[in-house]
Amino acid sequence: MLSAEDLTALWVTLQLAAVSTVLLLLLATPLAWWLSQTAARGRVLVEALVTLPLVLPPTVLGFYLLLLLGPEGAVGGTLERIGVGHLAFSFSGLVVGSMVYSLPFVVQPLQNAFAATGARLFDVAATLRASPLDRFLTIALPLARRGYLTAAVLAFAHTLGEFGVIIMLGGNIPGETRVASIAIYNHVESLDYGAAHALALTLVVLSLSLLTLVYAVNRRARAVGVPG
Amino acid sequence: MTIEARFALQQGEFRLDVDLTLPGEGVTVIYGTSGAGKSTLLRCVAGLERAAQGALSVNGAEWQREGLFLPVHRRPLGVVFQEASLFPHLSGAGNLRYGLQRTPAHERRIAWDEVVQLLDIEPLLARYPQTYSGGERQRIALARALLASPQLLLLDEPLAALDDARKAEILPFLEQLRARFAVPMLYVTHSLREVARLADYLVLLEAGRVVAQGPLQSVLSRLDLPLAAAEDAGVVIEAEVAEHDTQWHLSRLIFSGGSLWVARCAEPVGSRLRCRVLARDVSLARERNEQSSIVNLLQADVVELAPTDSPAHVLVRLDANGTSLLARITCQSQARLGVQPGERFWLQIKSVALLR
Repeated sequence: MLSAEDLTALWVTLQLAAVSTVLLLLLATPLAWWLSQTAARGRVLVEALVTLPLVLPPTVLGFYLLLLLGPEGAVGGTLERIGVGHLAFSFSGLVVGSMVYSLPFVVQPLQNAFAATGARLFDVAATLRASPLDRFLTIALPLARRGYLTAAVLAFAHTLGEFGVIIMLGGNIPGETRVASIAIYNHVESLDYGAAHALALTLVVLSLSLLTLVYAVNRRARAVGVPG
Repeated sequence: MTIEARFALQQGEFRLDVDLTLPGEGVTVIYGTSGAGKSTLLRCVAGLERAAQGALSVNGAEWQREGLFLPVHRRPLGVVFQEASLFPHLSGAGNLRYGLQRTPAHERRIAWDEVVQLLDIEPLLARYPQTYSGGERQRIALARALLASPQLLLLDEPLAALDDARKAEILPFLEQLRARFAVPMLYVTHSLREVARLADYLVLLEAGRVVAQGPLQSVLSRLDLPLAAAEDAGVVIEAEVAEHDTQWHLSRLIFSGGSLWVARCAEPVGSRLRCRVLARDVSLARERNEQSSIVNLLQADVVELAPTDSPAHVLVRLDANGTSLLARITCQSQARLGVQPGERFWLQIKSVALLR
């Protein structure tokens, strides 16, 4: 079955997916909220930028991230100077890469969920003495909970299958940056189809279970008429 | 105690420009056709239109002036919108608590039990808004607004989305609110029936401007307003139940201009009621005509005449010992009978509608 190395790769993958999903949900919330409420002209450009990772080849994303996060890059260089160290060839670098890669999968469901609530309920909450932050926490967030579930599962599952960005960012260090998809690629390269199969099938089952969960929850929510 | 509201707001082609001094108690109805700016005016009062220039003070408390704009959540008000905007993720009780919990304890004047009992919503509290009927939703919305102990209650066409049966179900609750809680209300509607039934003070809005304002009876009996020209123009009379006639199943109401017989009502002798007399149900006669099926005969003096929306009819305003009444008669009758200001006539009133 799965070798110790493969298990490590799987573990790195799950950690990467979990960490980047949590961070992404936190960071995408204000962005999605702003996009759902604003009429500003810049909104169109921001929406296009958010969607860009969906259409770009992952190698293009990975290439620019490598330049940006590496020791000579704007971000990596700065981190290097303040003593943190650059982000290429590191787990943190992969987290940043995954977040960029999965951004549209989180922002869009959240933005749609916020927009679906409509301005009326926020107005009503304001007349009931709720401050803007209070309104966001007690009305917007609970009503967007299905959007959050969809966003979380999509980001998580999408990160499980990430390959191009990771390979560009230097993802082949066992226990640090070697994720399952890279391990599968290595097995195929060395013609070890059995090992590739075991790991590939694990990913298929994992992803399928996650997606089934989302559809089941959404379906149940619709059936009992719980909104959001 | 007054509410002083002065607003200017440009929204595309539409411009709202009003300067109002309203009574700080009772029900002020803002009446107008759709697009007159009624809801926009209410949103300005609520503080939901940040672009609105002007000033607003409510019974001495300043909510807006040059250099001051109290945000919505800092204004002690309650709003009920046309579509009940209940929070779908909270139960009925959860919706009610939302405003209550955010009202500081020393500002709470309206008790939970009283509101729940008055609006008859006990059975709804454990359920969720998705399971409510339209009328139930509006009652919960009203209760929720009241429990925040507002200094001013704003109602934006709260009955417009309901059918007639549901409207009839909610109206008595609104009347009781007026009687039980000393909360001034601004009530927006385009229904004359709701005006007649609820208003103490009336503001007519047209294309963003105030066309007329004043106590209900005086505005309704003015002939120079579009209200008077309409088919269902009429006046509202505040009357007192004087006696019940058990033999003929009638009740006698008295007001300054005399008395009116109506179908027997349930209210006890001494209680006050509102009734509406439409101009088209009033005819004029030189002599007191006893040989007629019409039971309600009053004497009144002609005050003024005005044209109507039809070239065949003229509208007559009469004064019955201090109470204004309107009569819609044909121009032919007017000429034949010599209906002129100062002349005294007998009014034959075919129908009196009790408002309840």
